[in-house]
Amino acid sequence: MALKIVKGSIDRMFDKNLQDLVRGIRNHKEDEAKYISTCIDEIKQELKQDNIAVKANAVCKLTYLQMLGYDVSWAAFNIVEVMSSSKFTYKRIGYLAASQCFHESTDVIMLTTNQIRKDLSSPNQYDTGVALTGLSCFVTPDLARDLANDIMTLMSHTKPYIRKKAVLIMYKVFLKYPESLRPAFPRLKEKLEDPDPGVQSAAVNVICELARRNPKNYLSLAPLFFKLMTSSTNNWVLIKIIKLFGALTPLEPRLGKKLIEPLTNLIHSTSAMSLLYECVNTVIAVLISLSSGMPNHSASIQVSFSRHAHAFVLKYLGLLAMSKILKTHPKSVQSHKDLILQCLDDKDESIRLRALDLLYGMVSKKNLMEIVKKLMLHVDKAEGTTYRDELLTKIIDICSQSNYQYITNFEWYISILVELTRLEGTRHGHLIASQMLDVAIRVKAIRAFAVSQMATLLDNAHLLTGNTQRNGICEVLYAAAWICGEFSEHLEDPMATLEAMLRPKVATLPGHIQAVYVQNAAKLFATVLRGQEGAPADSTVAQETSQLLIDRLPLFVQSSNLEVQERASCILQLVKYIQKLQQKDVEVAEEVTALFAGELNPVAPKAQKKVPVPEGLDLDAWINEPPSGSESEDEGRKSKGKAVFAKEESRHTKPRYTEVDEKELAKRREVRKAEQANNPFYIKASPSSQKVYQDGVGVEHIPVVQIDLSVPLKVPGMPMSDQYVKLEEERREKNKADKKKKKDKKREKGEKGRRRRADSGPESEEDITPAHMVDIVTEEMPENALPSDDDDKDPNDPHKLSANGLIDYEKSHGIHFGIRMVQSVCCGFACKSICWAPCVNTAGYGVDRPPHYLSPHPSLAPLLQVCDIQGNLQDGSQVVVSVIFENKCDSFIKSMEFNVLDSLNSKLQRHDGAGPHDGLTVPFQLPPGISNEARFIFSVQNIVMPQKLKGTLTFIVKTDDSSTHEKLDFKLHFTCTSYLITTPCYSDAYSKLLESGDLKGCSLKLEGVNQPFHHLLARICFHHHFSVVERIDSCASMYSRSIQGHHVCLLVKTADQTVSIDAKCDEPALLGNVLDEIKLTFSQC
Amino acid sequence: MMRFMLLFSRQGKLRLQKWYTATAERDKKKMVRELMQVVLARKPKMSSFLEWRDLKIVYKRYASLYFCCAVEEQDNELITLEVIHRFVELLDKYFGSVCELDIIFNFEKAYFILDEFLIGGEIQDTSKKSVLKAIEQADLLQEEDESPRSVLEEMGLA
Repeated sequence: MALKIVKGSIDRMFDKNLQDLVRGIRNHKEDEAKYISTCIDEIKQELKQDNIAVKANAVCKLTYLQMLGYDVSWAAFNIVEVMSSSKFTYKRIGYLAASQCFHESTDVIMLTTNQIRKDLSSPNQYDTGVALTGLSCFVTPDLARDLANDIMTLMSHTKPYIRKKAVLIMYKVFLKYPESLRPAFPRLKEKLEDPDPGVQSAAVNVICELARRNPKNYLSLAPLFFKLMTSSTNNWVLIKIIKLFGALTPLEPRLGKKLIEPLTNLIHSTSAMSLLYECVNTVIAVLISLSSGMPNHSASIQVSFSRHAHAFVLKYLGLLAMSKILKTHPKSVQSHKDLILQCLDDKDESIRLRALDLLYGMVSKKNLMEIVKKLMLHVDKAEGTTYRDELLTKIIDICSQSNYQYITNFEWYISILVELTRLEGTRHGHLIASQMLDVAIRVKAIRAFAVSQMATLLDNAHLLTGNTQRNGICEVLYAAAWICGEFSEHLEDPMATLEAMLRPKVATLPGHIQAVYVQNAAKLFATVLRGQEGAPADSTVAQETSQLLIDRLPLFVQSSNLEVQERASCILQLVKYIQKLQQKDVEVAEEVTALFAGELNPVAPKAQKKVPVPEGLDLDAWINEPPSGSESEDEGRKSKGKAVFAKEESRHTKPRYTEVDEKELAKRREVRKAEQANNPFYIKASPSSQKVYQDGVGVEHIPVVQIDLSVPLKVPGMPMSDQYVKLEEERREKNKADKKKKKDKKREKGEKGRRRRADSGPESEEDITPAHMVDIVTEEMPENALPSDDDDKDPNDPHKLSANGLIDYEKSHGIHFGIRMVQSVCCGFACKSICWAPCVNTAGYGVDRPPHYLSPHPSLAPLLQVCDIQGNLQDGSQVVVSVIFENKCDSFIKSMEFNVLDSLNSKLQRHDGAGPHDGLTVPFQLPPGISNEARFIFSVQNIVMPQKLKGTLTFIVKTDDSSTHEKLDFKLHFTCTSYLITTPCYSDAYSKLLESGDLKGCSLKLEGVNQPFHHLLARICFHHHFSVVERIDSCASMYSRSIQGHHVCLLVKTADQTVSIDAKCDEPALLGNVLDEIKLTFSQC
Repeated sequence: MMRFMLLFSRQGKLRLQKWYTATAERDKKKMVRELMQVVLARKPKMSSFLEWRDLKIVYKRYASLYFCCAVEEQDNELITLEVIHRFVELLDKYFGSVCELDIIFNFEKAYFILDEFLIGGEIQDTSKKSVLKAIEQADLLQEEDESPRSVLEEMGLA
């Protein structure tokens, strides 16, 4: 026996122990896996030995390997062996290994039940402790059920060491075996008053955890816990109790009132952050549950927070807590404005952003200027464009919230906006621009000031053009130019502004800004003329102005941007004409001014949808025949121009622009058409966009010297917003004084009022009167708008406004969109089906209105155009539809999906396995201004009837910072003509066909066709896919065949402007429809 | 309740793991790997708290070791931070200015200390003294166990 022990000991000496293993692994960094596999082999050998010490050593090593990620589940039984050793040393290792390796699906766990029970009742408390610890990790429902009673007995063990462990394990047992809760709970409750603080805190722990899951059942314990809370000094226990109360108060509001007092005391007395944090959290929960606020208490919390606000972590949590309070008690947070403003200086960005969020909710009329002033300081200091942009958007958000509710002085706001334009590299030029437009249009009192500011901006445009990217700060010039033009009557020196707008440098700006420049130059021109003619006998200035325009405009006529080109050439012609009149000393000012007369009012976003459909209007019927040329385009433009923006009564003055220019436009269009006809490039699918692109590249090659100054320049002559803060204070004081004095002196507005001084005193929010009699114009709704609010279901839905809304609107007025038809006509295919495209400001009509008011997402849509619907020669039941997608907006369009609602007769051919409602992915993406063509195949059963299919195009519009899902509805019109295929036929075959007698006849008479016979034939061939078989004088025979093999024969005769068509076909229905379509074609010309 | 505690080095080597809910080996590995990546990628100035899956992660770095705890949503982050600190204090007291190597070579001891401090994811004893006393006594028991054998070992050597 002794020898065996000795032998075992010797064996053990040569074994690796844990330290050797760890060292070995560290020494075999290169071939760790190999080393470990040899180690595992050794361990396997060791586990086979009888010596428990060797086994324990092996298990210990396995536990280490398990942590390194090696699978040791094969040794589970050996672990149980070591666990059951009578020696504490080995038992400890065994339980450790078990707690690390075992989980619920380890099957050997069943074998441990009795061993664990034995250990639990061991006289050695450490044996019991080790067993409890292990059990806490791997307890299974079975173990919990079998051992619940034993553990419950241990809760009353004589040793507190065991009691507290047993209490804590009970929670695990409850989780695995909930039935045990009921019998165990009384004893658990007893433990709350255990003499040993450790056991007590363990009991609090368990009950708190239980209560969090189901607070209702533990309400009865509240008095007990309340006592504990006021008596205990152990922070760990306090935190648990306070957390428990946080869960209980929503169920029992009376508790909340009772809690506030002791919690506030704790907040003031404790130095432990964790406790403080827990208290504050609970107080907030309490305050929220008590609908009646207790602002002074929450204020005291804030004070204590400011006391501790040095700690970085707390600052964040504190701000988080404040934002919770802000929702219910804004006043109490407002008093900590300074503290929050301080947080803006913090190094950590997440804290700064939190603070910004808080500021948004904190502003009032009183402190707005001050807060924004602070923010402006930060803008100057801020490093990193992201944060600076965030600041910028926040400033604008803060100021513009609730319809400019907090702004008392719009002059100040305008100057803030102007100051913001000096930011370099910001992406939010567009945002600033839209704010400028909004304020200038809606606050009438501010216009004079705004115009003077904008004029200065235009004059200093070179400072802004450093960043010519889209959305760059130069967007502001868009707003500036428009404001100066539209409200030019307020300009002090329109001539100078006009000159500034026509500088050659302007040509480097993005196209849409140039377009606005050109258009507004015309408005300014009108103003100058009027001003001059008012003053007697100085016609030279007026003539100089005309000359200036004539000199400078050609620069824009050459622009690569179509819009700029069109506007410039149109205005140039107009000015030339005016110059002629001027030379004859004709007074033209009035007529020119009339072009731009009338007031613009913002249109409410929902206005377009609210337009009622007039009675008797059939939206699906053609009102104008489908366009075959660009004639109807004009119509569309004109109606659109007035309908979108004008008031009903000002209709007569509105069309001014288009009416006057119509001749010019028509002339230019003719010229351009001729040009296009001669231009080989125009045969391509989307010549316009390609052309723009090529030219665009050329422009970029022109070296442009940009003034790049690292220090933001002070634009000369611009007032600083700071002045306004001061002035505003004076004004408020003054207003107060005035009120005190007497009431007869009414609120004065304007300069005089603001410059006077008077005594100061505190004033309430309501007393602050705005500096201007602000008239914030509300958006207009259409006359007799439908009162129904069913469309308010989702007011935030952008598609509703941008896509559907517009379409509805356009439809109800029976307007076709002004789609440029050039491409489709030149493609040489019949174009019968035009889709709706909600392109508002992109289609190139000459209406110059900020798109801002049309919808929140102007021009976020591609133009969709069906250029061709053609039968498939190979397959009689297929039609190929070519669709041109053109991206007319400024953003990137991707993930387009084309889908059509199948009818019984026609189905879109989808991929195998796709359902009937799945869309087809368009196999390309569209950068701005690019177009591409996609083909879709439809299978058609019956071709004798024309049909319309409804479809949708969904796509994602990706801008710099966001991407939105958009939807575009369209209709596909399959005419019978599109099923015909031009097929040549010889005259003998033709006569045989006619003789066969299978064909049914039908005839058609067209009156008043005064075009040459060959034109007429060409038209039929071109539009309706026929071929001429034979022509004798004024008589011709024609032939075509449908994709399903129907023969269609025509005999066309003409005499005295009357065309008679005798037709024969083996399918009378098809023939009838084809003839109807032919009739339609000729009625349009 | 604490779900698990991990100790790992800056190089991403796991030094200690304690799971208070029985979890399958595969899930454990996946979670450990994911979490180590997230925590190691964070910069020193960043907050010690982060939200990960449905848990809150509280971590703190001591020398080259990251102590990382996953607690449930309603738990107090700050107290968890204190738990971590208390555990480090305990290790420090036990090993006498603890270093990473102490934990590597005596990893089972580190586990024993942790088990005396936390049980089932809850704090067992808030007093440092009583935890250390329990460990010492258990160790003493172990020494008693081992002492007779060391005599035998000498015999075997001789």
